[in-house]
Amino acid sequence: MEAAMGLMRRIPPKLTETALSALLSLLPDHSSDLLSQVDQPLQVLCDVECGKEFILCEYNRDADSYRSPWSNKYHPPLEDGLHPSADLRKLEIEANDVFAIYRDQYYEGGISSVYMWEDENEGFVGCFLIKKDGSKSGHGRRGNLQEGAWDAIHVIEVGPEEEGIAHYCLTSTVMLSMTTKDESSGTFNLSGSIRRQMSMDLSVAEGHLCNMGRMIEELEGKLRNSLDQVYFGKTKEMVCTLRPPSELLQMRLPDSRDV
Amino acid sequence: MAEELTDKQKIEIAKWFLINSPPGEIKFVAKDIRSVLKDDNAYETAASESFPLYNKSHLICLQLPDRSGDVLVTSFSEIDQNEYLDPRTAQVVKVDHVKQVCTEMRPANDEELPSAYIEEYRCALDAESIKYISEAYPKGFSSVYCVSGKDVEEPGSDFELVIVISAARHSPQNFCNGSWRSIWNIEFKDDLQMVEVSGRMQVGAHYFEEGNVQLDAKHECKDSTILQVTIRDNMSWLSSQLASLSPQLSPDDCAISLINIIRHHETEYLASLQASYSNLPDTTFKDLRRKLPVTRTLFPWHNTMQFSLTRDITRELGIGK
Repeated sequence: MEAAMGLMRRIPPKLTETALSALLSLLPDHSSDLLSQVDQPLQVLCDVECGKEFILCEYNRDADSYRSPWSNKYHPPLEDGLHPSADLRKLEIEANDVFAIYRDQYYEGGISSVYMWEDENEGFVGCFLIKKDGSKSGHGRRGNLQEGAWDAIHVIEVGPEEEGIAHYCLTSTVMLSMTTKDESSGTFNLSGSIRRQMSMDLSVAEGHLCNMGRMIEELEGKLRNSLDQVYFGKTKEMVCTLRPPSELLQMRLPDSRDV
Repeated sequence: MAEELTDKQKIEIAKWFLINSPPGEIKFVAKDIRSVLKDDNAYETAASESFPLYNKSHLICLQLPDRSGDVLVTSFSEIDQNEYLDPRTAQVVKVDHVKQVCTEMRPANDEELPSAYIEEYRCALDAESIKYISEAYPKGFSSVYCVSGKDVEEPGSDFELVIVISAARHSPQNFCNGSWRSIWNIEFKDDLQMVEVSGRMQVGAHYFEEGNVQLDAKHECKDSTILQVTIRDNMSWLSSQLASLSPQLSPDDCAISLINIIRHHETEYLASLQASYSNLPDTTFKDLRRKLPVTRTLFPWHNTMQFSLTRDITRELGIGK
């Protein structure tokens, strides 16, 4: 299992899906570990009832069907599929509505879905998903990307309320790939995935959704920032180590010509 | 539950992982895939087929057995799967692909080397490329091969040389590896008195401390230059006199102008890579996710009731997909 995770850390992020299915076939006994530890690009289905797209994941799956957060129905239809309790479904509906606005403000497009379910220790779990196609043929407002995919997965465990305080544990993953392509500079692709965790004890006075939302916003911002500053920065540093920019050389050249 | 894989399927999977290893990481991938496979025979077969392909496509640089210099493993210098020509020293080395070392070396045969006429051009280009590499790449290595017309003995026929540039940085302790590879095909067209240059550059970088982020950039370009001495227009009388003599550039002059072309394109490419990076924060990356919401303030989670109105509007406009 350790070696399998080692491979996932090295294989180009664009090939994650193929790599995961290869590992699943080599290590059938570890399939549940692999599926829970390796994130893969999100898939989308259309809710036939309301014509809206929703995101698929392990948390809205039952057998081979997926529950839509919009109609609360399974696609393809499932007789006795699992549903959240009435109270939790109410929170789920509200979370989907609010998260769609959050998503639109940060992403200017994309698709989001929120799923909730009761866990065994009297708390519940929420899974907030965002998928954005930022390419110029998708939702890329500025039209710079030939290809651009962003998948964010936030799973937040909410413990039972004790004296007005609840424990929240959030695990966030971002997977992305972006490609620019033109005659003069060729193809330029950056792709990657990172995952981070964050735990907090918060008063539930303003409601669970408010607490979950703030944590997600903070961690998602941190992930974006570290991809931008740290991870992309490190690859840029590598390029400049391989072939240092010639600013110095160009500054010297005019001098040598004058002589 | 998945069915038991056949040996052939296991080998194919292992090969896929090995060939897709990032720069400088095939040995780490090999160690992991070996322990995932739990089948040494399948691993050995996969490794013996994948390492040569990876080594050639990554243009890896190996030390000569006598430590007198380095040699590149490329498809242009391949004599057979384990033997590679080093034209600079006129030696042929034996390569152990899986260990990524040279084990033996022997002087090249005459038929493995180009003619004296071609060698003049190749050697001049090699000397210029060494100068260029030492200026531009702190840890780079280059080699020049003749890939067609190596037996041409005098002017009047076409031939083709290839300059291969490979620069790699491996620093696994810092979770970072990368490589710059360029391949420049240089076709000498005798009838046109032209040299056509076409280049392929590929840059890869991998940073994997608590994550996995990779750069994969490629670019191709074409250029050409003439083989004859060029004469300025303001000396038209002299130029017509000289042109009738049609003096061909010496191999040395030719090499200088070719390396200038390559330097120019590679410098431009580096600049375009830097431009791609500096465009990230405000344009490219913004198309995936903005740093701040369109409202430029954090999302008002404490007051989501205000959205009941907004929500109706977005619904009507059909934005809130």
